[in-house]
Amino acid sequence: MRFFTFAAPSRFYALSGVLIPWFWLATVCLTVLGLYLGFFVAPTDATQGEAYRIIFIHVPAAWMSMVLYLVMAGWAVVGWAFKARLASMVARAIAPTGAMFTFLALWTGAFWGKPTWGAWWVWDARLTSELILLFLYLGYIALTESIDDDRRADSAGALVALVGAINVPIIYFSVRWWNTLHQGASVSIAAAPKMAETMLTAMLVMTFACWAYAFAVVFMRTRAIVLEREAHTDWVKALREDVP
Amino acid sequence: MNWGSANDFFAMGGYGLYVWGSYAVALALMVLEPGLVSLRHRRARRHPDDQDAQE
Repeated sequence: MRFFTFAAPSRFYALSGVLIPWFWLATVCLTVLGLYLGFFVAPTDATQGEAYRIIFIHVPAAWMSMVLYLVMAGWAVVGWAFKARLASMVARAIAPTGAMFTFLALWTGAFWGKPTWGAWWVWDARLTSELILLFLYLGYIALTESIDDDRRADSAGALVALVGAINVPIIYFSVRWWNTLHQGASVSIAAAPKMAETMLTAMLVMTFACWAYAFAVVFMRTRAIVLEREAHTDWVKALREDVP
Repeated sequence: MNWGSANDFFAMGGYGLYVWGSYAVALALMVLEPGLVSLRHRRARRHPDDQDAQE
C-alpha cells in the first residue's frame, strides 16, 4: 500500500464510510460525558454563578472555528500546489462546518456577554476579529460556489483561504495585543490553566466531542462532493447500481 | 451534585435563558448540519436521470 493510497477519491470514499459511524459514536459518548461533567460535577463559579457553564460549548466552538480555518487553508493550498483533487474537496467540505462553529462561538459569546458584561455585542478586538472569520468562511464558500469550473474554483478558494489565514493569529493574540473586554486565555500550552480541574476536564472533553463531530460531518460532506465530482467515473456508476 | 431539584437545574441560578439559549442553538445546528449533508449525499448517490425526473 502506497502512502497516497487514500488520496484516491474512491479509496477515501470507502475508508471514510467505515470511519464515520465511529466518529458519531465518539461524538455522542464524549458529549454526554462532557455535559455530565460540566453540569453535574464542575462546581458553581464564585463570581459568575451558573452563567459560566456556557464555557463548555463556547470555548470548544471558538477553538474549532480557528483550527478548522487553518486546516481548510492547509488542504486548499495542498490541493492547489500539488493538484491533489481530494485535498481540494476536503477544504471545500470543511468550510461550512467551520462557519457553523464560528457562528456558534459568536452566538454563545453573546449569550454569555449579556449576563456578565451587560451587552450582547461590543466592538472589541476579539469579537470583531472572530466576526471577520465568519465573513472569511462565507466569502470562501460564496466564491468557490460561484465558479462553475471545479479546478478554477479550488484555486481561487485556496488563494482567498491562504490570505485570510492571517486573521487566525490576530484572533488568538487579540486579547494580548489590545485592551479587550474579552478575557485573556485561561488555558495555554505555556502556563498552568487558570481554572478548576473539573471545569478544565469538562471543557477538554467537550472539545474532543467537537473534534469527533467535525471529522464525522466533514467526511460525510467530502463523500458527497466526491460523488458529485466523480459522477462520470465507472466506480461511481457501479456504486449507484447497488442502490435499490 | 449541584442541583437540589429539576427546577433548580432548569433555572441555572437565574441564568437559564442564557445557558439554555446557548446549548439549544448548538444542539439545533449540530443536528441540522449532518441532516443537510446526508441529504446532499443521498442526492449525489442517485442516478442523474432520477434527479431530472424529480426536479
